[in-house]
Amino acid sequence: MSENNGQKRMSVVCWSADLDRVWPVLILSTTAAASGLEVNVFFTFWGLRVLQRNDVRVTGKNWMQKGESLVDRGGTDHLKLGKIHFAGAGTKMIKKLADSYHVASPTELLDMAKDLGVNLHPCQMTMDLYGLTKDDFIDGLGAPMGAASFIDMAADSDITLFI
Amino acid sequence: MSHTSSPDRILDCRHLSCPLPVVRTAQAIKELDAGQVLLVMATDPGFALDIRAWSSRAGHDLVDVAEDGGAYHVLLRRS
Repeated sequence: MSENNGQKRMSVVCWSADLDRVWPVLILSTTAAASGLEVNVFFTFWGLRVLQRNDVRVTGKNWMQKGESLVDRGGTDHLKLGKIHFAGAGTKMIKKLADSYHVASPTELLDMAKDLGVNLHPCQMTMDLYGLTKDDFIDGLGAPMGAASFIDMAADSDITLFI
Repeated sequence: MSHTSSPDRILDCRHLSCPLPVVRTAQAIKELDAGQVLLVMATDPGFALDIRAWSSRAGHDLVDVAEDGGAYHVLLRRS
C-alpha cells in the first residue's frame, strides 16, 4: 500500500458470521470511516457469509459445499448470536431489543459502511472453499484478495483488529 | 462563538443509539460549507463524550455542548 497524505488507516478481519461479532465490526468500521479514517475489512472463513446476498440460499458447486451452505445461511439478515442463540429465541429477543432501542441492524450498517467508503474485501481462498462466486455477494465490494494483500494493508495501518 | 439561535442546519438524532448519532453527524456536516454550523440533538448518553472524540478526530470545531431535559444540543462548525 502506498502513502495517503497522513490519513489514518484501520484494517479489520471479520472472521465470524456471529451477530455479536459482526455488529462490532460494522459499528467500528462505520465510525472510523465517519471519523475520516480509510477503512479496510477483510471477510474470511465464516465471516465471508456476511457478504452473501440475503436472498441467496444454496451456494456452492458440489454436494459438500451445497450441504454446508444449507446449515450456514449467509446474509446480514440471517446472522445468529454466538451465545444465547437458543434455537433462534435468543437472537430474536436481542434483535427486538435492538429495534426498540434504535440500534441499527447489521444490514443497515453494512449499507452505511458502503456509503461511507469502507472497503469490503472477500477472501479469495474462502470463496473457493465454499464455492462462492461474485454473484452470491452484495454489490459494491472491493476485489477478492488473499492474506498477503491484507498483511500489506495491515502493515500500513494505525489500527488493526481481528474480530 | 456562533449564534445558538441560528444554526445552518439541524440534525435530529434523538432516540438513536451508537453509532448512528456520530455517523449521521459526519454525513450531515459534509453537506455544509466550511464555517457553517450544524446543530445536533441526541439522547444517547454516550454522545457527549463521543462527539468530542469525533470532532477532534475529524477536525471540526466543537462550538458548544449543552444538555436540555435529557437531550444534548451540540453545535459544530464545519472546518
